[in-house]
Amino acid sequence: MTDSAMRELADDPSSRKRFFKMMGGAGAVSAFAVVLAACGDDDEEGAASTPAESPAESEEGGDGVKGDIAVLNFALTLEFLEADFYKQVIDSGIVKDPKQVSLAKQFGETEQTHVDSLKAAIEGMGGTAVTAPKTKFQPTLDKGLMAVLETAATVENLGAAAYLGAAGRIKSKEVLATALAIHSVEARHAAALNSLVGRGFGGKGGLEGSIPDGAFAKGMDEAAVLDAVKPFLA
Amino acid sequence: MVSSRLVAPELATIKVQGVTREAFLIRATLAAGATYGALSATPFITKALAQEEVDDVAILNFALTLEYLETEFYKQGVSEVSGLSKEDKRLAEKLRDDEQEHVDFLKSAVEDADGTPAKKPTFDFGGAFADRAAFLKTANTLEDTGVSAYNGAGPLIDSVEILGAAGSIVQIEARHAALIRLTRGVAPAPLAFDKASDMDAVLKAIGPFIKS
Repeated sequence: MTDSAMRELADDPSSRKRFFKMMGGAGAVSAFAVVLAACGDDDEEGAASTPAESPAESEEGGDGVKGDIAVLNFALTLEFLEADFYKQVIDSGIVKDPKQVSLAKQFGETEQTHVDSLKAAIEGMGGTAVTAPKTKFQPTLDKGLMAVLETAATVENLGAAAYLGAAGRIKSKEVLATALAIHSVEARHAAALNSLVGRGFGGKGGLEGSIPDGAFAKGMDEAAVLDAVKPFLA
Repeated sequence: MVSSRLVAPELATIKVQGVTREAFLIRATLAAGATYGALSATPFITKALAQEEVDDVAILNFALTLEYLETEFYKQGVSEVSGLSKEDKRLAEKLRDDEQEHVDFLKSAVEDADGTPAKKPTFDFGGAFADRAAFLKTANTLEDTGVSAYNGAGPLIDSVEILGAAGSIVQIEARHAALIRLTRGVAPAPLAFDKASDMDAVLKAIGPFIKS
């Protein structure tokens, strides 16, 4: 889809409605995502080495497509972080329980699918995908299994809050549909892991608990999210 | 009589899960049609069949009907299902309370948008309370349906505030779905991308539970 078509979708309600009709309802988002994921495989060796402009810079532009690319790159950074964490956890062999291993593997594969799809989406919109950040998970791994699972639980809560915080800034309905489809998966991961580490529902806010904010989830803004992941960046 | 009021009467003959599509739509319309006042349930059917015509109030009322359904399901389930463990009950009560908060919020959101909140339908949960497994299985269906309904409606919402509220609620539905799935021993997050359903697909999933 060209930039101008994206802009039309963003700005013109009737065009947006036509788009949704075109998408055809049930399963359309998943289908879109699968297409993106398939494209992602082709582009894996693509020219993603040029650092993208920072999200803050793009936002200033007031251009819907640029803003959406910035949001997607922000999401991509988080997904890189999550995918790498699960990979390192599994490679370290610290998780022994077969059920926990299979959960970590499946969640890790899902995060990698998100990485591939987001990269493809960014490139499809004419943007440049950010490169994977250098991560620092060894100190967490050194603390043992419980610390590892608790960190995963916290990071997934962070991921869910980050998508929720960004959703309102997304201009393209296509991008929004994709972000929503990922957002609820992060929430599922978060609830499952927080429950498995025995944290209970929570309910007072923060990043601990399977339903940490009570009946209404709270979003986090980009700055707060980046601040929270700082300990994991090398 | 009802067929003549349908925009596309031929659709009424299509059978869905044992009853005609018309019966489905009528049941759901009785539940959610209050958007347009008691006299005119028809516009809601039109909207359910033509997703692109839906406005924010209709989406909120649709969500409200789903939340009524979930609240009532857990309320009845907690007292009627035998064989629930202490943890099962604690979870069901927590989910019931969250859904009730969603109901209260959506009612006031409809009013704030100058609409009339949909009335609470009466429900028939069939064999869902027969035992623990049936209860958890139905809970799983309802929560997954809730996630797909909000995700499907999200891109249709015009107001940024209402979109934010829908996002805030769908995250909770997804958490509920994962916790129910863990409890019944199935994968909490089986897909990399959650499904998005249009209203028609959601009506198919919840229609059997709506009595009037």
